[in-house]
Amino acid sequence: MPNDKSHNTNIAVYSPLRGCVFFRSKITPLNGFRSLGLFIVKLSSASAIDLSDTLRFLIPSHLNCRRFSVCLVAEKKGVFSESKMSRAAVEVPPKGGFSFDLRRRNEMLSKKGVPPPSFRKTGTTIVGVIFQDGVILGADTRATEGPIVCDKNCEKIHYMAPNIYCCGAGTAADTEAVTDTVSSQLQLHRYHTGRESRVIAALTLLKSHLFKYQGYVQAALVLGGVDVTGPHLHTIYPHGSTDTLPFATMGSGSLAAMAVFESKYHEGLTKEEGVNLVCEAICSGIFNDLGSGSNVDVCVITKGQKEYLRNHLLPNPRTYVSSKVFSFPRKTVFN
Amino acid sequence: YPYVTGSSVVAIKYKDGILMAADMGGSYGSTLRYKSVERIKPIGKHSLLGASGEISDFQEILQNLDELILYDNMWDDGNSLGPKELHSYLTRVMYNRRNKFDPLWSSLVLGGVKKGHKYLGMVSMIGLNFEDNHVATGFGNHLARPILRDEWHENLSFEDGVKLLEKCMRVLLYRDRSTVNKLQIAKITEEGVTISQPYSLKTFWGFSAFQNPTQDAEGSW
Repeated sequence: MPNDKSHNTNIAVYSPLRGCVFFRSKITPLNGFRSLGLFIVKLSSASAIDLSDTLRFLIPSHLNCRRFSVCLVAEKKGVFSESKMSRAAVEVPPKGGFSFDLRRRNEMLSKKGVPPPSFRKTGTTIVGVIFQDGVILGADTRATEGPIVCDKNCEKIHYMAPNIYCCGAGTAADTEAVTDTVSSQLQLHRYHTGRESRVIAALTLLKSHLFKYQGYVQAALVLGGVDVTGPHLHTIYPHGSTDTLPFATMGSGSLAAMAVFESKYHEGLTKEEGVNLVCEAICSGIFNDLGSGSNVDVCVITKGQKEYLRNHLLPNPRTYVSSKVFSFPRKTVFN
Repeated sequence: YPYVTGSSVVAIKYKDGILMAADMGGSYGSTLRYKSVERIKPIGKHSLLGASGEISDFQEILQNLDELILYDNMWDDGNSLGPKELHSYLTRVMYNRRNKFDPLWSSLVLGGVKKGHKYLGMVSMIGLNFEDNHVATGFGNHLARPILRDEWHENLSFEDGVKLLEKCMRVLLYRDRSTVNKLQIAKITEEGVTISQPYSLKTFWGFSAFQNPTQDAEGSW
Protein backbone atom coordinates (compact mmCIF):
# COMPACT_ATOMS: atom_id res chain seq x y z
CA MET A 1 0.00 0.00 0.00
CA PRO A 2 1.39 3.42 -0.70
CA ASN A 3 2.72 5.00 2.41
CA ASP A 4 0.75 8.12 3.13
CA LYS A 5 2.95 9.65 5.73
CA SER A 6 6.05 10.27 3.74
CA HIS A 7 6.62 12.73 1.01
CA ASN A 8 8.21 10.22 -1.21
CA THR A 9 5.94 7.63 -2.53
CA ASN A 10 7.66 4.62 -3.81
CA ILE A 11 5.68 2.27 -5.89
CA ALA A 12 6.97 -0.90 -7.36
CA VAL A 13 5.34 -2.37 -10.36
CA TYR A 14 5.91 -5.89 -11.39
CA SER A 15 5.68 -6.60 -15.02
CA PRO A 16 6.17 -10.20 -16.04
CA LEU A 17 7.68 -9.33 -19.37
CA ARG A 18 10.31 -6.95 -18.33
CA GLY A 19 10.96 -7.77 -14.72
CA CYS A 20 10.37 -5.37 -11.91
CA VAL A 21 9.83 -1.68 -12.23
CA PHE A 22 10.36 0.71 -9.38
CA PHE A 23 9.26 4.22 -9.41
CA ARG A 24 9.74 6.86 -6.83
CA SER A 25 8.70 10.40 -6.41
CA LYS A 26 12.10 12.00 -6.02
CA ILE A 27 14.56 11.82 -8.78
CA THR A 28 17.92 10.80 -7.55
CA PRO A 29 19.41 8.59 -10.11
CA LEU A 30 22.40 7.82 -8.03
CA ASN A 31 20.61 6.79 -4.87
CA GLY A 32 19.68 3.30 -4.19
CA PHE A 33 16.11 2.20 -4.32
CA ARG A 34 14.45 3.10 -1.11
CA SER A 35 11.14 1.44 -0.97
CA LEU A 36 8.98 2.64 1.82
CA GLY A 37 5.94 1.20 0.29
CA LEU A 38 5.15 -1.37 -2.28
CA PHE A 39 2.23 -1.41 -4.60
CA ILE A 40 2.33 -4.40 -6.82
CA VAL A 41 0.46 -4.16 -10.04
CA LYS A 42 0.61 -6.78 -12.70
CA LEU A 43 0.62 -5.46 -16.21
CA SER A 44 0.43 -7.45 -19.36
CA SER A 45 2.54 -5.21 -21.47
CA ALA A 46 5.35 -3.01 -20.48
CA SER A 47 6.86 -0.29 -22.45
CA ALA A 48 8.21 2.65 -20.58
CA ILE A 49 5.73 5.09 -21.99
CA ASP A 50 2.67 2.93 -21.32
CA LEU A 51 3.78 2.30 -17.80
CA SER A 52 4.50 5.90 -17.09
CA ASP A 53 1.07 6.85 -18.38
CA THR A 54 -0.62 4.24 -16.27
CA LEU A 55 1.32 5.00 -13.15
CA ARG A 56 0.84 8.70 -13.54
CA PHE A 57 -2.87 8.12 -13.61
CA LEU A 58 -2.84 5.82 -10.62
CA ILE A 59 -1.04 8.15 -8.25
CA PRO A 60 -3.56 9.65 -5.86
CA SER A 61 -3.32 13.33 -6.33
CA HIS A 62 -3.40 14.22 -2.67
CA LEU A 63 0.00 12.75 -2.18
CA ASN A 64 2.81 15.13 -2.78
CA CYS A 65 3.91 13.62 -5.99
CA ARG A 66 5.00 15.87 -8.69
CA ARG A 67 7.57 13.95 -10.54
CA PHE A 68 8.35 10.37 -10.71
CA SER A 69 10.81 8.27 -12.46
CA VAL A 70 10.25 4.97 -14.07
CA CYS A 71 13.17 2.75 -13.75
CA LEU A 72 13.04 -0.39 -15.74
CA VAL A 73 15.06 -3.12 -14.24
CA ALA A 74 15.11 -5.86 -16.75
CA GLU A 75 17.27 -8.85 -16.15
CA LYS A 76 20.63 -7.31 -15.73
CA LYS A 77 20.13 -4.01 -17.42
CA GLY A 78 18.59 -0.97 -15.89
CA VAL A 79 16.97 1.55 -18.15
CA PHE A 80 16.17 4.88 -16.69
CA SER A 81 13.53 7.16 -18.05
CA GLU A 82 12.02 10.17 -16.41
CA SER A 83 8.75 11.88 -16.89
CA LYS A 84 7.06 14.83 -15.29
CA MET A 85 3.44 14.71 -14.23
CA SER A 86 2.73 17.98 -15.87
CA ARG A 87 4.19 17.18 -19.26
CA ALA A 88 2.22 14.98 -21.64
CA ALA A 89 3.97 11.72 -22.23
CA VAL A 90 2.71 11.38 -25.78
CA GLU A 91 3.71 13.59 -28.66
CA VAL A 92 0.82 15.23 -30.53
CA PRO A 93 1.19 14.55 -34.24
CA PRO A 94 2.26 17.74 -35.96
CA LYS A 95 -0.55 17.86 -38.53
CA GLY A 96 -3.45 18.33 -36.12
CA GLY A 97 -6.50 16.11 -35.79
CA PHE A 98 -6.98 13.61 -33.03
CA SER A 99 -4.35 11.21 -31.75
CA PHE A 100 -5.79 7.99 -30.41
CA ASP A 101 -2.66 6.79 -28.61
CA LEU A 102 -4.24 6.84 -25.18
CA ARG A 103 -7.07 4.54 -26.19
CA ARG A 104 -5.23 1.42 -25.11
CA ARG A 105 -4.56 2.91 -21.72
CA ASN A 106 -8.20 3.97 -21.36
CA GLU A 107 -9.47 0.53 -22.25
CA MET A 108 -7.10 -1.08 -19.78
CA LEU A 109 -8.20 1.29 -17.07
CA SER A 110 -11.89 0.72 -17.57
CA LYS A 111 -11.29 -3.01 -17.49
CA LYS A 112 -9.57 -2.60 -14.13
CA GLY A 113 -12.58 -0.74 -12.81
CA VAL A 114 -11.60 2.91 -13.17
CA PRO A 115 -14.48 4.55 -15.02
CA PRO A 116 -13.76 7.40 -17.40
CA PRO A 117 -14.90 10.83 -16.16
CA SER A 118 -18.31 11.80 -17.48
CA PHE A 119 -18.43 14.97 -19.51
CA ARG A 120 -20.91 17.77 -19.45
CA LYS A 121 -23.66 17.21 -21.99
CA THR A 122 -26.42 19.63 -22.66
CA GLY A 123 -29.20 16.92 -22.93
CA THR A 124 -31.51 19.41 -24.43
CA THR A 125 -34.49 20.60 -26.30
CA ILE A 126 -33.63 23.03 -29.08
CA VAL A 127 -36.05 24.13 -31.79
CA GLY A 128 -36.20 26.45 -34.76
CA VAL A 129 -39.11 27.72 -36.82
CA ILE A 130 -39.34 29.84 -39.95
CA PHE A 131 -42.12 32.40 -39.77
CA GLN A 132 -43.29 35.14 -42.09
CA ASP A 133 -40.42 37.57 -41.74
CA GLY A 134 -37.60 35.44 -40.42
CA VAL A 135 -36.49 32.74 -38.04
CA ILE A 136 -37.23 32.02 -34.38
CA LEU A 137 -34.85 29.84 -32.37
CA GLY A 138 -35.64 28.44 -28.94
CA ALA A 139 -33.77 26.43 -26.32
CA ASP A 140 -34.10 25.24 -22.74
CA THR A 141 -31.43 26.10 -20.16
CA ARG A 142 -30.41 22.93 -18.35
CA ALA A 143 -26.90 21.43 -18.62
CA THR A 144 -26.39 17.92 -17.21
CA GLU A 145 -23.37 15.93 -16.15
CA GLY A 146 -24.64 12.38 -16.24
CA PRO A 147 -27.58 12.35 -13.82
CA ILE A 148 -26.77 15.66 -12.14
CA VAL A 149 -27.87 19.09 -13.29
CA CYS A 150 -24.67 21.07 -13.33
CA ASP A 151 -25.97 24.36 -14.71
CA LYS A 152 -29.55 25.45 -14.16
CA ASN A 153 -29.43 28.44 -16.44
CA CYS A 154 -26.90 28.02 -19.20
CA GLU A 155 -27.01 29.69 -22.61
CA LYS A 156 -27.53 27.37 -25.51
CA ILE A 157 -28.20 29.91 -28.23
CA HIS A 158 -24.77 30.95 -29.49
CA TYR A 159 -23.87 33.98 -31.54
CA MET A 160 -22.41 33.31 -34.96
CA ALA A 161 -22.87 36.59 -36.83
CA PRO A 162 -25.11 39.63 -36.29
CA ASN A 163 -27.74 37.94 -38.42
CA ILE A 164 -27.08 34.27 -37.62
CA TYR A 165 -27.55 32.38 -34.34
CA CYS A 166 -26.99 28.73 -33.57
CA CYS A 167 -28.47 26.47 -30.88
CA GLY A 168 -26.34 23.56 -29.74
CA ALA A 169 -27.15 20.15 -28.25
CA GLY A 170 -24.76 17.37 -27.29
CA THR A 171 -21.47 17.80 -25.46
CA ALA A 172 -21.32 21.38 -24.14
CA ALA A 173 -17.62 21.86 -24.84
CA ASP A 174 -18.03 20.68 -28.40
CA THR A 175 -20.94 22.97 -29.19
CA GLU A 176 -19.22 26.00 -27.63
CA ALA A 177 -15.90 25.39 -29.34
CA VAL A 178 -17.36 24.63 -32.73
CA THR A 179 -19.65 27.66 -32.75
CA ASP A 180 -16.88 29.97 -31.52
CA THR A 181 -14.49 28.70 -34.17
CA VAL A 182 -16.94 29.10 -37.00
CA SER A 183 -18.05 32.50 -35.68
CA SER A 184 -14.46 33.79 -35.93
CA GLN A 185 -14.07 32.29 -39.36
CA LEU A 186 -17.24 34.08 -40.43
CA GLN A 187 -15.93 37.37 -39.04
CA LEU A 188 -12.72 37.01 -41.03
CA HIS A 189 -14.76 36.21 -44.10
CA ARG A 190 -16.83 39.35 -43.53
CA TYR A 191 -13.70 41.46 -43.37
CA HIS A 192 -12.40 39.80 -46.49
CA THR A 193 -15.53 40.23 -48.59
CA GLY A 194 -17.07 43.32 -46.99
CA ARG A 195 -20.53 41.73 -47.06
CA GLU A 196 -23.01 40.33 -44.55
CA SER A 197 -22.45 36.63 -43.81
CA ARG A 198 -24.79 34.13 -45.37
CA VAL A 199 -26.32 31.27 -43.45
CA ILE A 200 -25.10 28.69 -45.93
CA ALA A 201 -21.54 29.92 -45.35
CA ALA A 202 -21.89 29.10 -41.66
CA LEU A 203 -23.56 25.84 -42.62
CA THR A 204 -20.76 24.72 -44.90
CA LEU A 205 -18.06 25.65 -42.41
CA LEU A 206 -19.79 23.74 -39.60
CA LYS A 207 -20.58 20.79 -41.83
CA SER A 208 -17.06 20.31 -43.08
CA HIS A 209 -15.60 20.69 -39.61
CA LEU A 210 -17.90 18.06 -38.11
CA PHE A 211 -17.44 15.65 -40.98
CA LYS A 212 -13.68 15.92 -40.69
CA TYR A 213 -13.95 14.60 -37.15
CA GLN A 214 -16.24 11.76 -38.17
CA GLY A 215 -18.79 12.27 -35.43
CA TYR A 216 -16.33 12.44 -32.55
CA VAL A 217 -17.14 16.13 -32.07
CA GLN A 218 -20.59 15.52 -30.62
CA ALA A 219 -22.38 18.70 -31.53
CA ALA A 220 -25.93 18.62 -32.90
CA LEU A 221 -26.90 22.12 -34.01
CA VAL A 222 -29.89 24.09 -35.18
CA LEU A 223 -28.62 26.98 -37.26
CA GLY A 224 -30.90 29.83 -38.21
CA GLY A 225 -30.53 33.29 -39.68
CA VAL A 226 -31.70 35.85 -42.19
CA ASP A 227 -29.45 37.05 -44.98
CA VAL A 228 -29.85 38.70 -48.39
CA THR A 229 -31.38 35.55 -49.85
CA GLY A 230 -34.03 35.25 -47.15
CA PRO A 231 -34.64 33.35 -43.90
CA HIS A 232 -32.93 29.99 -43.50
CA LEU A 233 -33.14 27.19 -40.96
CA HIS A 234 -30.84 24.17 -40.95
CA THR A 235 -30.11 21.24 -38.67
CA ILE A 236 -26.60 19.81 -38.47
CA TYR A 237 -25.95 16.33 -37.10
CA PRO A 238 -22.69 15.30 -35.35
CA HIS A 239 -21.48 13.30 -38.33
CA GLY A 240 -21.80 16.25 -40.64
CA SER A 241 -25.10 15.76 -42.46
CA THR A 242 -27.53 18.66 -42.70
CA ASP A 243 -31.22 19.25 -43.35
CA THR A 244 -32.99 22.35 -44.56
CA LEU A 245 -36.40 22.56 -42.95
CA PRO A 246 -39.23 24.94 -42.10
CA PHE A 247 -39.29 23.66 -38.52
CA ALA A 248 -36.69 21.59 -36.72
CA THR A 249 -35.97 20.14 -33.30
CA MET A 250 -32.83 18.50 -31.85
CA GLY A 251 -31.67 17.09 -28.56
CA SER A 252 -33.12 14.55 -26.14
CA GLY A 253 -36.40 16.44 -25.94
CA SER A 254 -36.71 16.65 -29.71
CA LEU A 255 -39.51 14.07 -29.87
CA ALA A 256 -41.68 15.91 -27.37
CA ALA A 257 -41.08 19.23 -29.12
CA MET A 258 -41.64 17.69 -32.56
CA ALA A 259 -45.00 16.33 -31.41
CA VAL A 260 -46.08 19.91 -30.68
CA PHE A 261 -44.71 21.20 -33.98
CA GLU A 262 -46.28 18.48 -36.12
CA SER A 263 -49.69 19.15 -34.67
CA LYS A 264 -49.57 22.94 -34.57
CA TYR A 265 -47.32 24.25 -37.33
CA HIS A 266 -48.84 25.95 -40.32
CA GLU A 267 -47.45 28.28 -42.91
CA GLY A 268 -47.48 32.03 -42.56
CA LEU A 269 -46.96 32.27 -38.82
CA THR A 270 -46.87 35.75 -37.39
CA LYS A 271 -44.24 36.70 -34.88
CA GLU A 272 -46.48 36.26 -31.82
CA GLU A 273 -47.76 32.93 -33.05
CA GLY A 274 -44.22 31.82 -33.81
CA VAL A 275 -42.88 32.77 -30.40
CA ASN A 276 -45.85 31.06 -28.73
CA LEU A 277 -45.33 27.91 -30.74
CA VAL A 278 -41.62 27.82 -29.91
CA CYS A 279 -42.34 28.36 -26.21
CA GLU A 280 -44.92 25.58 -26.22
CA ALA A 281 -42.54 23.21 -27.91
CA ILE A 282 -39.72 23.95 -25.47
CA CYS A 283 -42.09 23.68 -22.50
CA SER A 284 -43.23 20.32 -23.81
CA GLY A 285 -39.58 19.29 -23.86
CA ILE A 286 -38.94 20.73 -20.40
CA PHE A 287 -41.85 18.97 -18.75
CA ASN A 288 -41.75 15.67 -20.58
CA ASP A 289 -38.01 15.05 -20.94
CA LEU A 290 -35.64 14.56 -18.04
CA GLY A 291 -32.63 16.00 -19.85
CA SER A 292 -34.25 19.40 -20.36
CA GLY A 293 -35.51 21.84 -17.82
CA SER A 294 -35.51 25.25 -16.19
CA ASN A 295 -36.21 28.21 -18.43
CA VAL A 296 -36.91 29.01 -22.06
CA ASP A 297 -34.58 31.15 -24.19
CA VAL A 298 -35.91 32.59 -27.43
CA CYS A 299 -34.13 34.40 -30.24
CA VAL A 300 -36.07 36.14 -33.02
CA ILE A 301 -34.09 37.03 -36.13
CA THR A 302 -35.59 39.20 -38.84
CA LYS A 303 -34.13 41.16 -41.70
CA GLY A 304 -31.89 43.78 -40.24
CA GLN A 305 -32.50 43.08 -36.55
CA LYS A 306 -32.52 40.42 -33.91
CA GLU A 307 -34.07 40.06 -30.46
CA TYR A 308 -32.36 37.79 -28.01
CA LEU A 309 -34.95 37.10 -25.30
CA ARG A 310 -32.91 35.47 -22.58
CA ASN A 311 -35.15 33.66 -20.05
CA HIS A 312 -38.26 34.61 -21.93
CA LEU A 313 -40.30 32.19 -19.83
CA LEU A 314 -39.55 31.00 -16.35
CA PRO A 315 -41.94 28.08 -15.85
CA ASN A 316 -39.94 26.61 -12.96
CA PRO A 317 -39.68 29.26 -10.28
CA ARG A 318 -38.05 28.39 -6.99
CA THR A 319 -40.79 27.85 -4.44
CA TYR A 320 -40.47 27.76 -0.68
CA VAL A 321 -37.66 30.22 -0.30
CA SER A 322 -37.50 31.03 3.39
CA SER A 323 -37.13 34.68 4.26
CA LYS A 324 -35.00 33.91 7.30
CA VAL A 325 -31.36 33.38 6.49
CA PHE A 326 -29.95 30.29 8.15
CA SER A 327 -27.99 31.44 11.16
CA PHE A 328 -25.36 29.48 12.97
CA PRO A 329 -25.26 29.89 16.75
CA ARG A 330 -22.12 31.62 17.91
CA LYS A 331 -19.22 29.71 19.38
CA THR A 332 -19.97 26.57 17.49
CA VAL A 333 -17.08 24.20 17.62
CA PHE A 334 -16.58 21.64 14.92
CA ASN A 335 -14.95 18.46 16.10
CA TYR B 1 -36.84 -11.55 -29.29
CA PRO B 2 -39.68 -10.00 -31.20
CA TYR B 3 -40.24 -10.90 -34.84
CA VAL B 4 -43.51 -9.38 -35.98
CA THR B 5 -44.17 -6.19 -34.08
CA GLY B 6 -46.96 -3.71 -33.89
CA SER B 7 -46.15 -0.07 -33.41
CA SER B 8 -48.00 1.86 -30.71
CA VAL B 9 -51.35 2.10 -28.98
CA VAL B 10 -52.78 5.29 -27.53
CA ALA B 11 -55.76 5.35 -25.18
CA ILE B 12 -57.64 7.97 -23.19
CA LYS B 13 -60.50 8.11 -20.73
CA TYR B 14 -63.38 10.28 -21.86
CA LYS B 15 -66.77 11.20 -20.53
CA ASP B 16 -68.57 7.93 -21.19
CA GLY B 17 -65.76 5.43 -21.13
CA ILE B 18 -62.48 4.63 -22.85
CA LEU B 19 -61.24 5.41 -26.34
CA MET B 20 -58.36 3.43 -27.76
CA ALA B 21 -56.57 3.83 -31.10
CA ALA B 22 -54.05 1.61 -32.81
CA ASP B 23 -52.83 1.37 -36.35
CA MET B 24 -53.04 -1.87 -38.26
CA GLY B 25 -49.47 -2.57 -39.21
CA GLY B 26 -47.36 -5.58 -38.35
CA SER B 27 -43.70 -5.07 -39.21
CA TYR B 28 -41.29 -7.91 -39.75
CA GLY B 29 -38.07 -6.21 -38.74
CA SER B 30 -37.88 -3.22 -41.01
CA THR B 31 -40.40 -4.52 -43.58
CA LEU B 32 -44.03 -3.49 -43.22
CA ARG B 33 -45.32 -6.97 -43.80
CA TYR B 34 -48.88 -7.18 -42.52
CA LYS B 35 -51.18 -4.30 -43.05
CA SER B 36 -54.41 -5.58 -41.56
CA VAL B 37 -53.53 -6.72 -38.11
CA GLU B 38 -56.26 -6.02 -35.59
CA ARG B 39 -54.43 -5.01 -32.48
CA ILE B 40 -57.43 -4.16 -30.32
CA LYS B 41 -59.77 -6.90 -29.14
CA PRO B 42 -62.73 -6.95 -26.77
CA ILE B 43 -62.40 -9.19 -23.74
CA GLY B 44 -65.54 -10.31 -22.00
CA LYS B 45 -68.25 -7.75 -21.66
CA HIS B 46 -66.36 -5.03 -19.93
CA SER B 47 -62.90 -4.59 -21.38
CA LEU B 48 -60.76 -3.83 -24.40
CA LEU B 49 -57.23 -5.04 -24.80
CA GLY B 50 -54.77 -3.38 -27.15
CA ALA B 51 -51.20 -4.47 -27.64
CA SER B 52 -48.01 -3.27 -29.25
CA GLY B 53 -44.85 -5.29 -29.67
CA GLU B 54 -44.78 -8.94 -30.61
CA ILE B 55 -48.07 -9.95 -32.22
CA SER B 56 -47.79 -13.66 -31.57
CA ASP B 57 -47.46 -13.00 -27.84
CA PHE B 58 -50.59 -10.88 -28.05
CA GLN B 59 -52.45 -13.76 -29.66
CA GLU B 60 -51.30 -16.15 -26.98
CA ILE B 61 -52.46 -13.77 -24.29
CA LEU B 62 -55.83 -13.63 -26.04
CA GLN B 63 -56.11 -17.41 -25.88
CA ASN B 64 -55.31 -17.39 -22.17
CA LEU B 65 -57.90 -14.73 -21.58
CA ASP B 66 -60.47 -16.66 -23.61
CA GLU B 67 -60.02 -19.60 -21.28
CA LEU B 68 -60.33 -17.31 -18.31
CA ILE B 69 -63.53 -15.77 -19.58
CA LEU B 70 -64.91 -19.21 -20.37
CA TYR B 71 -64.34 -20.43 -16.83
CA ASP B 72 -65.86 -17.26 -15.53
CA ASN B 73 -68.96 -17.78 -17.61
CA MET B 74 -69.21 -21.36 -16.44
CA TRP B 75 -69.57 -20.18 -12.87
CA ASP B 76 -72.70 -18.39 -14.07
CA ASP B 77 -73.01 -16.37 -10.92
CA GLY B 78 -74.04 -13.05 -12.39
CA ASN B 79 -70.60 -11.58 -11.82
CA SER B 80 -68.13 -11.16 -14.62
CA LEU B 81 -64.50 -10.25 -14.81
CA GLY B 82 -63.99 -6.53 -14.96
CA PRO B 83 -61.03 -4.54 -16.27
CA LYS B 84 -59.33 -4.24 -12.89
CA GLU B 85 -59.28 -7.99 -12.41
CA LEU B 86 -58.00 -8.60 -15.89
CA HIS B 87 -55.32 -6.00 -15.34
CA SER B 88 -54.00 -7.78 -12.23
CA TYR B 89 -54.14 -11.11 -14.02
CA LEU B 90 -52.12 -9.77 -16.92
CA THR B 91 -49.59 -8.10 -14.62
CA ARG B 92 -48.97 -11.39 -12.84
CA VAL B 93 -48.61 -13.26 -16.11
CA MET B 94 -46.15 -10.76 -17.60
CA TYR B 95 -44.11 -10.48 -14.43
CA ASN B 96 -43.80 -14.20 -13.96
CA ARG B 97 -42.67 -14.71 -17.52
CA ARG B 98 -40.07 -12.00 -17.08
CA ASN B 99 -38.81 -13.68 -13.93
CA LYS B 100 -38.27 -16.84 -15.91
CA PHE B 101 -36.23 -14.82 -18.42
CA ASP B 102 -38.76 -15.56 -21.12
CA PRO B 103 -40.87 -12.44 -21.45
CA LEU B 104 -43.93 -11.98 -23.57
CA TRP B 105 -42.54 -9.19 -25.68
CA SER B 106 -45.63 -6.97 -25.73
CA SER B 107 -46.91 -3.85 -24.04
CA LEU B 108 -50.59 -4.12 -23.27
CA VAL B 109 -53.21 -1.47 -22.78
CA LEU B 110 -56.34 -2.52 -20.96
CA GLY B 111 -59.39 -0.32 -20.74
CA GLY B 112 -62.90 -0.90 -19.56
CA VAL B 113 -65.97 0.29 -17.77
CA LYS B 114 -67.68 -1.70 -15.05
CA LYS B 115 -70.59 -0.46 -12.97
CA GLY B 116 -69.95 3.10 -14.07
CA HIS B 117 -66.33 3.04 -13.00
CA LYS B 118 -63.85 3.73 -15.82
CA TYR B 119 -60.51 1.97 -15.73
CA LEU B 120 -57.50 2.41 -18.00
CA GLY B 121 -54.23 0.70 -17.33
CA MET B 122 -51.05 -0.48 -18.96
CA VAL B 123 -48.76 -3.48 -18.50
CA SER B 124 -45.33 -3.43 -20.05
CA MET B 125 -43.28 -6.42 -21.11
CA ILE B 126 -41.37 -6.58 -17.84
CA GLY B 127 -44.47 -6.42 -15.71
CA LEU B 128 -44.50 -2.70 -14.97
CA ASN B 129 -48.11 -1.72 -14.55
CA PHE B 130 -49.96 1.44 -13.72
CA GLU B 131 -53.32 3.06 -14.11
CA ASP B 132 -53.73 6.48 -15.58
CA ASN B 133 -56.07 8.80 -17.44
CA HIS B 134 -54.15 8.48 -20.69
CA VAL B 135 -51.61 5.87 -21.75
CA ALA B 136 -49.43 5.23 -24.74
CA THR B 137 -47.06 2.41 -25.60
CA GLY B 138 -43.93 2.22 -27.69
CA PHE B 139 -43.11 5.35 -29.60
CA GLY B 140 -46.33 6.88 -28.41
CA ASN B 141 -44.63 7.38 -25.05
CA HIS B 142 -42.33 9.97 -26.54
CA LEU B 143 -44.54 11.51 -29.19
CA ALA B 144 -48.12 11.22 -27.97
CA ARG B 145 -47.74 11.61 -24.24
CA PRO B 146 -46.68 15.31 -24.31
CA ILE B 147 -49.75 16.13 -26.41
CA LEU B 148 -52.02 14.14 -24.10
CA ARG B 149 -50.59 15.75 -20.99
CA ASP B 150 -51.30 19.21 -22.32
CA GLU B 151 -54.67 18.64 -23.91
CA TRP B 152 -56.47 15.98 -21.91
CA HIS B 153 -59.11 17.03 -19.45
CA GLU B 154 -62.00 15.37 -17.68
CA ASN B 155 -65.29 15.09 -19.54
CA LEU B 156 -64.01 14.99 -23.06
CA SER B 157 -66.87 14.39 -25.41
CA PHE B 158 -66.70 11.59 -27.92
CA GLU B 159 -65.88 13.85 -30.85
CA ASP B 160 -63.19 15.71 -28.93
CA GLY B 161 -61.69 12.47 -27.76
CA VAL B 162 -61.55 11.10 -31.28
CA LYS B 163 -59.97 14.33 -32.52
CA LEU B 164 -57.31 14.18 -29.80
CA LEU B 165 -56.48 10.57 -30.60
CA GLU B 166 -56.33 11.36 -34.29
CA LYS B 167 -53.93 14.19 -33.59
CA CYS B 168 -51.64 11.82 -31.71
CA MET B 169 -51.87 9.16 -34.38
CA ARG B 170 -51.08 11.70 -37.08
CA VAL B 171 -47.89 12.78 -35.30
CA LEU B 172 -46.99 9.12 -34.89
CA LEU B 173 -47.64 8.54 -38.58
CA TYR B 174 -45.32 11.39 -39.53
CA ARG B 175 -42.50 10.52 -37.18
CA ASP B 176 -42.53 6.78 -36.46
CA ARG B 177 -41.29 4.59 -39.24
CA SER B 178 -43.31 1.52 -38.29
CA THR B 179 -46.81 2.99 -38.39
CA VAL B 180 -49.15 2.59 -41.35
CA ASN B 181 -51.85 5.00 -42.33
CA LYS B 182 -54.67 2.65 -41.46
CA LEU B 183 -56.04 2.75 -37.99
CA GLN B 184 -58.92 1.62 -35.88
CA ILE B 185 -60.46 3.47 -33.00
CA ALA B 186 -62.25 1.45 -30.37
CA LYS B 187 -64.74 2.71 -27.86
CA ILE B 188 -66.00 1.04 -24.74
CA THR B 189 -68.79 2.35 -22.57
CA GLU B 190 -71.25 0.91 -20.10
CA GLU B 191 -73.37 -0.28 -23.00
CA GLY B 192 -70.70 -2.18 -24.80
CA VAL B 193 -67.82 -2.24 -27.19
CA THR B 194 -67.58 -0.80 -30.68
CA ILE B 195 -64.50 -1.14 -32.80
CA SER B 196 -64.61 1.08 -35.83
CA GLN B 197 -63.84 0.00 -39.33
CA PRO B 198 -60.30 0.69 -40.47
CA TYR B 199 -59.82 4.12 -41.94
CA SER B 200 -56.92 6.36 -42.78
CA LEU B 201 -55.89 9.82 -41.73
CA LYS B 202 -55.42 12.80 -43.95
CA THR B 203 -51.86 14.01 -44.05
CA PHE B 204 -50.55 17.27 -45.32
CA TRP B 205 -47.34 17.39 -47.24
CA GLY B 206 -47.91 20.62 -49.08
CA PHE B 207 -45.71 23.01 -47.16
CA SER B 208 -44.11 25.39 -49.61
CA ALA B 209 -40.79 24.84 -47.94
CA PHE B 210 -40.95 21.19 -48.89
CA GLN B 211 -41.40 21.96 -52.57
CA ASN B 212 -37.93 23.23 -53.13
CA PRO B 213 -36.06 23.32 -49.87
CA THR B 214 -32.77 24.55 -51.21
CA GLN B 215 -33.92 27.25 -53.54
CA ASP B 216 -32.24 29.95 -51.51
CA ALA B 217 -29.48 27.86 -50.07
CA GLU B 218 -27.56 26.42 -52.93
CA GLY B 219 -25.33 23.58 -51.93
CA SER B 220 -27.16 22.34 -48.88
CA TRP B 221 -29.70 19.55 -48.95
